[in-house]
Amino acid sequence: MLRYLVNRIASASLVLLVVSLFTFVLIWLVPGDVASQLADPGASVEELQRIRARLNLDQPWHVQLLSWYGNLLRGDLGQSFLLNRSVTEAIIERIPVTLSLTLLALVIAVVLGVSAGIIAAVHHGGWADQSIMALALVGLSIPDFWLGLVGIYVFAVALGWLPSGGFVPLLQDPVGWARSMALPAFTLGITQVGLIARITRSSMLDVLGQDYVRTARAKGVPAFKVVAKHAFANALIPVITVTGVIVGVLLGGAVVIEQVFSLPGVGRLIIGAVLRRDYPVIQGGLLLLAFIYVFVNIIVDLLYAYVDPRVRYG
Amino acid sequence: MADFAPAQLNEAGSLPAERFGMLKRFMANRSFVIGGALFLFVVMVALLADVIAPFDPLRNNFRYRLGPPNAAHLLGTDSFGRDVLSRVLHGSRVSLVIGLLVVILTGLFGTLIGAVSGYVRRLDNLIMRIMDGFMAFPPILLAIAIGAVLGPSLLNAVIALTVAYTPRTARIVRASVLVVRESEYVEAARALGAGHVRILFRHILLNSLGPLLVQLTFIFALAILAEAVLSFIGVGPSPPTPTFGNIIADGRNYIAEAPWITIWPGIAIMVTVLGLNLLGDGLRDVLDPRLRAEAR
Repeated sequence: MLRYLVNRIASASLVLLVVSLFTFVLIWLVPGDVASQLADPGASVEELQRIRARLNLDQPWHVQLLSWYGNLLRGDLGQSFLLNRSVTEAIIERIPVTLSLTLLALVIAVVLGVSAGIIAAVHHGGWADQSIMALALVGLSIPDFWLGLVGIYVFAVALGWLPSGGFVPLLQDPVGWARSMALPAFTLGITQVGLIARITRSSMLDVLGQDYVRTARAKGVPAFKVVAKHAFANALIPVITVTGVIVGVLLGGAVVIEQVFSLPGVGRLIIGAVLRRDYPVIQGGLLLLAFIYVFVNIIVDLLYAYVDPRVRYG
Repeated sequence: MADFAPAQLNEAGSLPAERFGMLKRFMANRSFVIGGALFLFVVMVALLADVIAPFDPLRNNFRYRLGPPNAAHLLGTDSFGRDVLSRVLHGSRVSLVIGLLVVILTGLFGTLIGAVSGYVRRLDNLIMRIMDGFMAFPPILLAIAIGAVLGPSLLNAVIALTVAYTPRTARIVRASVLVVRESEYVEAARALGAGHVRILFRHILLNSLGPLLVQLTFIFALAILAEAVLSFIGVGPSPPTPTFGNIIADGRNYIAEAPWITIWPGIAIMVTVLGLNLLGDGLRDVLDPRLRAEAR
């Protein structure tokens, strides 16, 4: 297990190296002169030079690279242009919103998806199976931000049950928090239910066809217990794997969903920065979400190795 | 359902029975037929947008702003009084063009990178670690960042989405190259003295086309969804160009008084993407029955 862990962390560090290098290069891809885009029209030469200095763009590339990594190791992601503060601070302030949104959506997606997948597999070929699979495919085809807008129309505008946006901190008012997070978390989570349901179903069907399940049935274990005890644990392995991928999709989706529901998270920070060309914030946000994704996938892989011994000895 | 009769070579040396069996298998696959029909419908609409759209999608009409659906404007009008139906019809054109370009470029670069990685052992590790790095970014976020840096335009959206989806494609191509390169007919070709280029293109890549085709169909679907996001947040083709995402972005501020602006382009996206997803499922079932839902 320890060797597996070391290997896993080594390859993750390589990934992070590529991630940070690409994020660094990103600002060089800006067509034309970065400084003149950021400055007010008609800015003086000194003003432009000041902006370049602030982005380190007046230095040769290797100095830029070294200071990028030097700062990164100290947790310094640079200064935001518009917020007039450090990117790290701005992100830390907003990360709880993004993480809680992603986590809630993940729970919704996994609970609904796994249940739907099991029901479909148990009733393989029946109407329940067919309608769940059809719904799953439709779900995979819905744009999440649009579903959010439709949700706002139905639940906030037409029915008036939930707020149409805005955020209430959990500690300040738990009920208000739940109300403010319900729609965003559901819209984000529900788009991934289909994928999880499909994978749970096919993995469940695989397991239900195994010899040991037949043995359990033959010796008279009740149908419910066969599914719950013998099949479920083994069918869960592919679901765990895909959870890692889904976290990435959800983090990306959260960026847009936060925008739709005016939630003050990292996503809204990034999109605000995109529209105003606040490059350090874009770089910092991108880097952070990729880091979270890599970290979550290390955990997923360890969980996977824990559940399935073949992986860690393989 | 499938016809497993041994294929008969006719005089020209082709396999008519096998080809016919393949077509029959496609037509017997429900997902493929429904998905194909849906997608074909969307393509026809996009091609004929000029003919069937009742209005110019860019023409303002300030006397009928935010107008509810009526006989003249079947899907209502937006905040500029533009006909929503006409904008959705023309929007399908822009969205499909972006999707198609992304599919072509992703297929091209993905195949190239995947083939080199799978065939040239020494480069494999390096290339795949770089791909892993790119796959650590949520694709949509990567596309947003690249689109933000390059500036909003149709071409830049295509570039951004291509960068976002190429790594997955390269991975799939590499995986099938790794399998096919060990097969006996590749060994036979090598024994017969075929060069690397010939082996790679004629023997390996041609036999890896199935999984690639399936993957590209799903990428088409993902690209349509992602393009809508990019346009929605203002990193896609600039307004007033109608794209699904742009129309939804226009409607967003009027969701309470004019929900039709938002709702219809979303349904158009759903129909397009559902068609592609069904098509991809069907292609996968027929081309490689061993792969199932988890392959996504």
